[in-house]
Amino acid sequence: MPGPNWTPITKTENIPPFEGRSVQIGGMELAIFNLGDRFATIENRCPHSGGPLCDGIVSGTAVVCPLHGWRFDLNTGLAIRASSPACVATFPTRVEGEIVLVDVGQGSRIEPEEAAA
Amino acid sequence: MKKLVVVGNGMAGVACVEQILQYRQDFDITIFGDETHVNYNRILLSMVLAGEKSAEDIVINDVDWYQKNNIRARLGVRVEQIDRARRVTIDGEGEETAFDKLILATGSSAFIPPIPGADKKNVHVFRTLDDARELVAKAGHGCKAVVIGGGLLGLEAARGLQLRGCAVTVVHLMETLMERQLDASGGSFLRKKIESLGIRVLLPKQTQALLGNGRVDGLRFASGEEIEADLVVIAAGIKPNVELGKKAGLEVRRGIVVNDYMETSDPNIFAVGECTEHRGQIFGLVAPLMEQGKVLAAAISGQPGPVFAGAAPAAKLKIMGVDIFSAGSIDESEPRVETVRYEDSALGIYKKLFLKDNRLRGVILVGDASDERRYLQWLRDETDLTSHRSQLLFPPPGLDTGLEVAEKPDSEVICGCNGVNKGAIIQAIHTHGITTLSQLKQHTRASTGCGSCTGLCQQLLRAVAPEFQEETRTTLCSCVPFSFEQLREIVRSQKLKSVQEVLNVYGNRKGCEVCKPALSYLLDMIWCGGHDEDRSARFINDRVHANIQKDGTFSVIPRMRGGVTTPDELRRIADVADRYKVRMVKVTGSQRIDLLGVKKADLPKVWADLGMPSGQAYTKGVRMVKTCVGTEFCRFGVQDSTRAGIELERRLENLFTPHKVKMGAVGCPRNCAEATVKDIGLVGQEGSWQVVVGGAAGKSVRKADLLITVETTAQALEACELFFQYYRESANYLERSYDFVERLGIETIRKETVYAPEAEKQKLLDRLQRSKAMAKDAWLERDSPVHPTQFVPIEAIGRMEPVEAQ
Repeated sequence: MPGPNWTPITKTENIPPFEGRSVQIGGMELAIFNLGDRFATIENRCPHSGGPLCDGIVSGTAVVCPLHGWRFDLNTGLAIRASSPACVATFPTRVEGEIVLVDVGQGSRIEPEEAAA
Repeated sequence: MKKLVVVGNGMAGVACVEQILQYRQDFDITIFGDETHVNYNRILLSMVLAGEKSAEDIVINDVDWYQKNNIRARLGVRVEQIDRARRVTIDGEGEETAFDKLILATGSSAFIPPIPGADKKNVHVFRTLDDARELVAKAGHGCKAVVIGGGLLGLEAARGLQLRGCAVTVVHLMETLMERQLDASGGSFLRKKIESLGIRVLLPKQTQALLGNGRVDGLRFASGEEIEADLVVIAAGIKPNVELGKKAGLEVRRGIVVNDYMETSDPNIFAVGECTEHRGQIFGLVAPLMEQGKVLAAAISGQPGPVFAGAAPAAKLKIMGVDIFSAGSIDESEPRVETVRYEDSALGIYKKLFLKDNRLRGVILVGDASDERRYLQWLRDETDLTSHRSQLLFPPPGLDTGLEVAEKPDSEVICGCNGVNKGAIIQAIHTHGITTLSQLKQHTRASTGCGSCTGLCQQLLRAVAPEFQEETRTTLCSCVPFSFEQLREIVRSQKLKSVQEVLNVYGNRKGCEVCKPALSYLLDMIWCGGHDEDRSARFINDRVHANIQKDGTFSVIPRMRGGVTTPDELRRIADVADRYKVRMVKVTGSQRIDLLGVKKADLPKVWADLGMPSGQAYTKGVRMVKTCVGTEFCRFGVQDSTRAGIELERRLENLFTPHKVKMGAVGCPRNCAEATVKDIGLVGQEGSWQVVVGGAAGKSVRKADLLITVETTAQALEACELFFQYYRESANYLERSYDFVERLGIETIRKETVYAPEAEKQKLLDRLQRSKAMAKDAWLERDSPVHPTQFVPIEAIGRMEPVEAQ
């Protein structure tokens, strides 16, 4: 397991409060959200039918996919409301000065229990 | 004719006179009032302060009422003396008025604690309509207001001042807000709620002095601490006005002492209301005072029957979104008193019941006061609760809800605020064919005050109206637990301008994909585009003004008014399709052209190259007017539907609506552009237009209803505008016009639009014009995006360092 590898992504001002933006990095497409008091990053693809999660409405610490309304917790990546158990990968995110950094190599995925069973 | 003099023109006195008039008409009545106003609803003063109601809205008995009943009203005149031997009153002008019977309804006044400096300028009490008006005149943005007193009235005044723009601090002597009605936990729930509204609460704080040179500029507390203030409201309690009674030699303790028939120690003098003391208790709430009035009326009319047996104290805070109810005794230290509690701090709900010998003694409800009537009834009837013990905090399912109301006599007041009794409601239901609560409100004003009788009114409707329609009181969503109708009122009266403000004050602060777009629509509509737009509260389609497709690309439909285009436009469309590799070019069912598969980042360039405005095909807004070729080419056309349709589209385009609005205009009844299955349709006939509304040909199929037939195109367009704006203002979010028309009935819609009084029509049109003046072609954001990254993906600053293979 490699150590932390924080990649500077963008200025905080480029992501307005309670919105998300997509970014291509390391061969992946990520969705970064401004949650008001912090930022959060997940993969930008809804496991249901590939919807761009960065375009979803933020509800507290969750995002709702714009295509069919699947809802994901931005902390865990787990689907909170979906027609079947699902998850997306989350990435450690922090802000240094006015720059948002993401540890792109540390994506993690909590498989929903039902899927594992 | 016997002479009756009433001293006091407030709610209790006048309500009592109304009761007397039901018994006999042969009194010669004079009412003295030291305020210059006709009888108004004092309970609603805080709503006047908050701007939720006007002074006119809270009038209970207007001038006509006094005239019609031959009552001499002496307003602005104070009675100074009673000569009991000669049976005359002597007023401030020295004039004598003879009486056979006298009623004292002098009410109470604000208690001003002996604080040095309380006589300074800008120190007020809050008791009368004039007080409210003075406060309104002085309150405003930037004004620092301090309310001394954290009781019912103090908190309502604080919220009112805050809604007028003041920065408000509530200073309270005790450890707990509303400590006479709440225990410590209830008080802390309330405090949290009040603070979350943005009102500062300081307690326990004893005010030692009001500071300032002539005009107040601050307060000093006993602790030595000082705070600034431009305006101070003292709401430290009330005291019964007993001086007149005392001077006359009547028995007076805290209040003017009355027996069970509301007689004072002089058999010709009665007293009613807040100035009375009955069995050692004084009263400050409306229900027992109305009860007193009834008893007094019977007694003074020579038909004593009912007696006043006192009432449990009950209080309800009237701040929208802060439900507080308390009744009975909340003393836990009494022997054998047991308590039952429920607490949910996330939702801010706290309920506590005080029981003794299986009977309810007192109740505290914070955050959810929906069961208050049940508890009041248990208190009043001293119901044995043994069999209810497991369901004390929530109503049992399948309760016979009609029973409570069936047991009431016709004379029982249902709406205490407006003094409407059960008989009057039943009569109104029959005479006006009322089937909904809003109609009942319109006709009787019942449940338009504090709203605590809403449940009872609904029960009555259910029992009496053959076709009662339960109004969908479904809340918008769990984030903001209010109906869309309530939210309209909230946003309007509280002057909320942004989605986040609504969520902060009336919701869970977070919001979700259901309530955020709905609130966005509501704010835009109510403030005619003058709200604080928050794009994060919009669905992606309304952030980038295009319709998201299943692959995350977008569809672009330019406006093509009336479905008429030009070779030039078609060339540009073709060029755009080539240049941006549009995957499909599709003619839509709306006589427009759809470019499918456009990338988000390309949208601004696509719009610029098209050089056409947005067709709003992605939003709940004005879609199009489909037209036929009318008189210009068609052999059968009798009206110029093409031109009329284009004009209609031009007038309404760029506006938002509760759901999409599709329109049509046809030049003859052959209906080639299917106007009769559109939300709004114009159907041309020889010499006239039929304006039809509420049609559908989607998931539902419905033939539109005829709104009106008019002669000229100008009239037809105005009718469309009236309906359009009325739909915008009155429909629930996501309610299509066909559901809206069915819900309200075309008759109602006609009355509210094309058949409304000219002044009302003009108001609708004015609001439409104001919205229209603010409305813009959304695609102009190509040149001035609301945010630099509105359309473009983020370019990462850094490159990811290669990660070793795992």
